[in-house]
Amino acid sequence: MAVAEKRIILKYADEPGYTPDITCYMKHGGYQRLKKALGMKPEDIVNEVADSGVRGRGGAGFPMGMKMRFLDRKSGKPIYLVCNADESEPGTFKDRQIIHKDPHQLIEGLMITAYAIQAAQAFIYIRGEMYQGARMLETAIEEARAKGFTGANIGGSNYSCEIVVHRGAGAYICGEETGLLESLEGKRPYPRIKPPFFPAVLGLYQCPTLVNNVETICNVKHIVDMGGKEYAKIGRPNNTGTRIWSVSGHVKRPGYYEFECGALTYGELIYDVCGGIRDGHKLKAVIPGGSSSKILRAGERFKGKNKDGSEFDWGIEDIPLDFDGPMAAGSMSGSGAVIVMDDSTDMVEAMANINAFYAHESCGQCTPCREGSLWLRKITSRMCAGGARAEDADLLKSVADQMAGRTICAFGEAASWPVQSFIAKFKDEFVAKAQQAGNASKAPTGRGFRLIG
Amino acid sequence: MSLELKPETLKKIDAIIPKYPVMRSAVLPLLHLIQEEKGYICKSAIEWAADKLGLQPINVFEVVTFYPMLRQEPIGKIHIKVCRTLSCALAGSYQTRDILMEKLTCAENGTSPDGQFTVEFVECLANCGKGPVVQVDETMHEGITPEKAAAFADELKKQATAR
Repeated sequence: MAVAEKRIILKYADEPGYTPDITCYMKHGGYQRLKKALGMKPEDIVNEVADSGVRGRGGAGFPMGMKMRFLDRKSGKPIYLVCNADESEPGTFKDRQIIHKDPHQLIEGLMITAYAIQAAQAFIYIRGEMYQGARMLETAIEEARAKGFTGANIGGSNYSCEIVVHRGAGAYICGEETGLLESLEGKRPYPRIKPPFFPAVLGLYQCPTLVNNVETICNVKHIVDMGGKEYAKIGRPNNTGTRIWSVSGHVKRPGYYEFECGALTYGELIYDVCGGIRDGHKLKAVIPGGSSSKILRAGERFKGKNKDGSEFDWGIEDIPLDFDGPMAAGSMSGSGAVIVMDDSTDMVEAMANINAFYAHESCGQCTPCREGSLWLRKITSRMCAGGARAEDADLLKSVADQMAGRTICAFGEAASWPVQSFIAKFKDEFVAKAQQAGNASKAPTGRGFRLIG
Repeated sequence: MSLELKPETLKKIDAIIPKYPVMRSAVLPLLHLIQEEKGYICKSAIEWAADKLGLQPINVFEVVTFYPMLRQEPIGKIHIKVCRTLSCALAGSYQTRDILMEKLTCAENGTSPDGQFTVEFVECLANCGKGPVVQVDETMHEGITPEKAAAFADELKKQATAR
């Protein structure tokens, strides 16, 4: 029996007859929490968010309340709020659902957050490819303005804040928060070095800035609704609230599913919720949190100690579906993107596909990443084209090892972790590729689709 | 530095610039608007945008050359973006792309001889549960598997003729 979804963020999104306009939203209690929030002191809202323990849903999982408290209020500079809607981590399609099906929820969460940090202005940085999403947000903002929920003197509170929808133009690196800020300033999105450029101190236009993901900002509405302490009862300690998981790849029912953190395992998600692996195939590997996260191999055991001192010994199927579960298994939940691969998958091709992505998306600012990502692509593409060599697995690992930790932003890690983990866990396939060199690659069970070339 | 833009485009541009505390932030929205009207961003557009925002042309040029969605050459009337990244590839996007290229007579990331179509392989379009996904101009199409790709191409041809 599958664990039931607990939909807080997507509560109405797929309800028949639910439409993205403000009339429908208000019929469902919309903007009531904004009104409640405007009656609170801004710092009390920050305290509620901190009490809730809500962690960022974009990838890093950093506590939102802490980010709010880090904001430099002594500088006297305006504070900016930026919503990161540059959903680009391969495998992730959750923010798309919110933006297209319930845009006002994001606007309400954004205005509550803006009021809480007394932001001078708010921005939604949305991927350039999401034409429809950007238009829907523009419409939602105009509807909200007509009702006095954004713009001047919001809800008669004397607090004013404009929201600007800013479209990106197809670059993954704009999802990195300081790259995003550079892009928003009209420049190439080269990430900034930290220190000193922590957004909370030197963010947009060198002013204190709070940057949070779409799903995270929507949570603020619910935190104000139920109170931080009550919200913290959802999920488990350090993993509070619900999360929306994007599942893709070789499962029978791919899709997005919202669950209370830790209420189920990756096994239950894959087999019960998503209907299991396609008929005639077996699970081979899972990427637990977007293509940057380290891959997990079917049959692998993950052992360690829980915080209470007890020991765990998990297979993929046993890993709790939350922030800390995949972390304990040596990977991460990242953006909540679960990519499932069955035994038809050629792992060298899958690696080549991922490497092509990072080579295309490296911004080129730091040499180890710019050169390294190209070399990784070059090697795996050659391997798949019949030119694999015995030393390739070690060469790939050596290139990846020289990138991680040697770049301004986390892209160096994002491009290295897949390579390091693929080689650690599927080295036999990389070695076998070399033995088949010159021939067409040997088919895994029921040979899946081509992934490169 | 002459660039003729339609009055409605100019109106949109003048409305966008004051939304930002710093004018330079309007570079991307300006370039999007120019590309929407002209189909691509030519040299005079770069100079025009720089002048409009009080920047040097290099400040705009470096933006144009960085972002994958901005282009300096015209493309086909119908722009077809096929997602290349892992989840869509696992669902057959490489074959889908090959079939679309063949049926629409496009070379790799190129335009058909009649100037109707451009088929481009792009990175993750954030709709991974419904792969392979294909974005035609501004519209997303889901589940364009290799089996469906030929019929999909025929549909696009019909659309092109109807225009």
